[in-house]
Amino acid sequence: MEGPGPGNDGAIIRVENLEHSYGNFKAVDGISFTVKKGEIFSFLGPNGAGKSTAINILITLLSLQKGKATIAGYDVTTESQNVRESIGIVFQDITLDRDMTVWELLEFHGRLYDMPVKERRERIEELLKLVELEAKRDELSKRLSGGMKRRLEIARGLMTRPKVLFLDEPTIGLDPQTRMRMWEYIKGVNREGTTIFLTTHYMDEADQLSDRISIIDHGKIIIAGTPEELKNTLGRDLIYLDTDNNENATKLLEQMPSVREITTKGNRIVLMVHEDGTKVLPGIIDTLRKAGIGISTINLKKPSMDDVFVFYTGRELRDEGQAPARPMFLRAGK
Amino acid sequence: MTYGFMTVYWRDMIRFFRFKTLLISSLLQPALWLAFFGIAMSSNFDRLMAGVPVPEGAYAVGYLTFMGAGIIAMTTLFTSLFSGIVILFDKNWGLMREILASPVNRNHIIVGIAMSGVTKSFIQAIIIMVFGILIGAAFFAGFTPVQVAFGVLGVLAFVAMFALGFLFLSAAIAISMESPEGLQGVMTLLTMPIFFASNALYPIDTFPEALRIISAYNPMTMLINGIRYFAIGPDFYALGKHYEFTQADILLSFLGLIIFSAIMFALAWWRFRRAVVT
Ligand SMILES: Nc1ncnc2c1ncn2[C@@H]1O[C@H](COP(=O)(O)OP(=O)(O)OP(=O)(O)O)[C@@H](O)[C@H]1O
Ligand SMILES: [Mg+2]
Repeated sequence: MEGPGPGNDGAIIRVENLEHSYGNFKAVDGISFTVKKGEIFSFLGPNGAGKSTAINILITLLSLQKGKATIAGYDVTTESQNVRESIGIVFQDITLDRDMTVWELLEFHGRLYDMPVKERRERIEELLKLVELEAKRDELSKRLSGGMKRRLEIARGLMTRPKVLFLDEPTIGLDPQTRMRMWEYIKGVNREGTTIFLTTHYMDEADQLSDRISIIDHGKIIIAGTPEELKNTLGRDLIYLDTDNNENATKLLEQMPSVREITTKGNRIVLMVHEDGTKVLPGIIDTLRKAGIGISTINLKKPSMDDVFVFYTGRELRDEGQAPARPMFLRAGK
Repeated sequence: MTYGFMTVYWRDMIRFFRFKTLLISSLLQPALWLAFFGIAMSSNFDRLMAGVPVPEGAYAVGYLTFMGAGIIAMTTLFTSLFSGIVILFDKNWGLMREILASPVNRNHIIVGIAMSGVTKSFIQAIIIMVFGILIGAAFFAGFTPVQVAFGVLGVLAFVAMFALGFLFLSAAIAISMESPEGLQGVMTLLTMPIFFASNALYPIDTFPEALRIISAYNPMTMLINGIRYFAIGPDFYALGKHYEFTQADILLSFLGLIIFSAIMFALAWWRFRRAVVT
């Protein structure tokens, strides 16, 4: 199954020092990573981070300007035909022919990928059922709702069983039940041996599904690891504090041995602690009370992927398709 | 991926037959040219030329027959040149990214588009010929059935070779451009000189020297020579002019079209190779 390229250490995607500029603007600024065969690998990053640009280079739609990238052992520049034979893609933007029907679009895709007739037709039925478009099979794509178009595109991306399937924010604009169903199916495809390369803005999705995540911002990979590893970098617990003198409070708390790192977010102080947070809390409250600093709210929680994201990019995701951000801060006593 | 081009062809044909109004108008336009311009001008020209003596025993054809060949060529030119618009729409809003990221060889994309373009031109050419005959054009007049079959094949071969050249040109321009408006502008700019600097509507020997040379090398003129040779005959009089084509003339014209198409294919191939779509 592995391609012929060098260094088959189980890596199906290998990217080294990839750079891409649009004019003077560096959209991808020297990223390196590998994706192991059979993994679900995610790119997480705010709008404009360079995720789609990187994907477009990997799927051979954008020419590689600098660096090196191989997929299934094939070089994206010199062996682009082999690369295209090894991959599948669901694009971020809608790429449908408005004047073709649902069935025709799927059939066209199957033919493009040279699927045998029988397999093609069976797969179309299976996927129409999955995305609940059976009743719309003869409808022109321009007459579908936005979510239906998205479902059709996902169905199209799932027709073949490529070595690597790229999903660029696939579930954007889908209702929660549909998202869940898509993901069950995608996990099944993954179990059958397809490596998944995902970008998403849904933190819970990335957290639960990915084997490994790279957080990318301003064209650079900031941190990479398993979801657990990423969350662990923030310490065991996070404590959110709101006081009447944050400046002094920060200075005091910095000196506490159990505090690993301290940042402010808005008008809140965020403490990362090494130990079990519930054991650290009394000490914190004590210290502040002795200094005469009043605490208005206090909250303790386990680091989530949101926290990881916000911590490393300094931004909260704001995206049109995004579910309302989970409150980062709960009123104490609630 | 042996039959990638068939997939592209299949899809183009679905679209061709889906847009009924576009389909009908693309057939109606040449018919209207023939019916109005052809019939109106032929009564004029034929009256003017009535005094010009045609040698005894020579074969003379009316203006409608003469310009009918030009109308077939014009329609082929328009259809082929404007076929690129689909590529542009595909690139900006449609399936081009899906196709380019798929295993289909990029040459197959060009071949598929070319085949569907040629098919469309065939359908149009045949309909114009039939319509022309119905309203009195002397296409294949006095031919035996075998000669008719041979003549039709000859016309189609010329139409195909010419259509390919302009399809490739159109594809090359479309894949390199950003907006449909820009493309439309370029196409309109191209069609005028190609059409009028040809022998479609009038003989070229009365042109000024420079224009006559340009016309002689115009692929449009080569196509029209071929159509007239196969649909009217190798030796006839029209508009008081003697038209005589030897087999060598016709072969040369065909060769010219082959060279033209080959150059345009190279151009399209080069542009597609470098095609970047985001
Ligand atoms: N065709 C283009 N021409 C010029 N600049 C571009 C082009 N495509 C993207 N960019 C710029 O490159 C940067 C990265 O864009 P990219 O689409 O890769 O981001 P992304 O991480 O996919 O963002 P999103 O989450 O919004 O999809 C952005 O600043 C964007 O403005
Ligand atoms: Mg993107």
